[in-house]
Amino acid sequence: MSWSDAFPRGRTAVVGASTFGLGLCPGYSALEMAAEAGYRALDDAGLTIAAVDGLFVALPDDHLGGLAMAEYFGITPAIVDNNRTGGSSFLCHSIHAALALDAGLIDVALITYGSNQRSNAGKLVSALRASPYETPHGARMPVGGYALAAARHMHDFGTTREDFANVALSARKWAQKNPEAFARDDTTIKALLAARMVSTPLSVSDCCLVTDGAAAVVMTRMDRARSTRAPIPLLGGAATVTHKEIAAMPDLTTTGAAISGPRAMAAARIGPGDVDMVQLYDAFTINTILFLEDLGFCPKGEGGRFVSSGAIAPGGTLPVNTNGGGLSCNHPGMYGLFTMVEAVRQLRGEAGERQVPGTEIAVSHGNGGVLSSQATLIFGTEATL
Amino acid sequence: MTEPATDTAPESAYLAHLAGGRFMLQRDPLSGCAVFPPRLRAPGHGGVLGDFEPVSGRGTVHAVTIQPRRPPEPARVIVLVDLEEGGRMLSHMPGADPDSVAIDDVVMARIVTEGDVPTVVFEPAT
Repeated sequence: MSWSDAFPRGRTAVVGASTFGLGLCPGYSALEMAAEAGYRALDDAGLTIAAVDGLFVALPDDHLGGLAMAEYFGITPAIVDNNRTGGSSFLCHSIHAALALDAGLIDVALITYGSNQRSNAGKLVSALRASPYETPHGARMPVGGYALAAARHMHDFGTTREDFANVALSARKWAQKNPEAFARDDTTIKALLAARMVSTPLSVSDCCLVTDGAAAVVMTRMDRARSTRAPIPLLGGAATVTHKEIAAMPDLTTTGAAISGPRAMAAARIGPGDVDMVQLYDAFTINTILFLEDLGFCPKGEGGRFVSSGAIAPGGTLPVNTNGGGLSCNHPGMYGLFTMVEAVRQLRGEAGERQVPGTEIAVSHGNGGVLSSQATLIFGTEATL
Repeated sequence: MTEPATDTAPESAYLAHLAGGRFMLQRDPLSGCAVFPPRLRAPGHGGVLGDFEPVSGRGTVHAVTIQPRRPPEPARVIVLVDLEEGGRMLSHMPGADPDSVAIDDVVMARIVTEGDVPTVVFEPAT
């Protein structure tokens, strides 16, 4: 049996989703932020913490964060998954939660995350082992890894810095419709291109924000989900890892999304043409281009021209990162869970001014490391079951 | 009790060779290509790797990024280099003119020790 045949299509659902403390959240620890997001997601689902028997956590500053979270909530879960595949952790959590829920091992899964990196450190908080092979070279990472991929994409496919700027501009236009977004001021392609260079060809405007932020989702089996306010079924999911350090990436311009995307869509019994919107982890502008190609929304090498056509901006044919993304909404360090919350809000029709009417199927895509871990989820409305 | 595969694990062996002025890598007998970073067994299939052997140090720039530093520090020229024998490394090119380094440039390795750890940097091949 293949992964796509075995995946429990539509048999589990997100029944609660929340964010907390986006932008600046002084006075809260990362643990407290994750706890508050969790409580709010449970409130949204009409459930209490006592019902949670599957706890899925990745905190920025605590490798045993899953244990800390269980203690904080005062629960003794049957499954605590502390999997850390970087920013894609939470999408992997969701896949594992779906399998455990469908097997009947647990009934309610809570996936939660919080980070106070902006208030606490003012920069990206990371907990990586220093590579003896790479550390001596003094490269600023992770931006350097993404810059090398961007440079190679420009060389191989004629992608331009203007294409990167169009990713950032599209994200900003969406952020301007989202009261939760951190960066909402007007900008132009000219201003974005004039930003300070960090690691050629990527400038400050090609890099995600450094903010605080927390998010959580609650999942149950579909039978139980039907009694909740607004369940959003998980139609498919898949993930993979291709490397850790950028030097070991098999192909700098093709990510593991080319594996996870088709596998997740096959599980959901859909193709790229059925997708109404994409929420993806845009740590850097090159990510959006690579993932749109690898997920099948445009041919390999055409991502730059695709984003510059206006397709992903408000009013475009394929809305991408309708909350403003990591580039303009928020980026607390491991952004993946926010792609899930935004997909759920859009599918529920609760996205306010930025709501895309008629959304039936949304892709949520997470990235971890330096394009290392890729995880894809397909969510749909109940009509798609 | 299983004996350790070697007296010194590959990471330490590689660094010890570098400290002795030798750029040495293992080769995968199946592909014929050098493996980087060094490993206990071949990545992918887990087969036995050959002993460390010298590599030429010649390579090709696969990608380059320039990272500006606060003056008077010169900008850092960060490269991914495809070695002639196989294997891709992240490295940097000290002293290279940032504007002159491009993808497909042929480069040559040089061993340097900054701090305690020996490492391989590159310069334009002559």
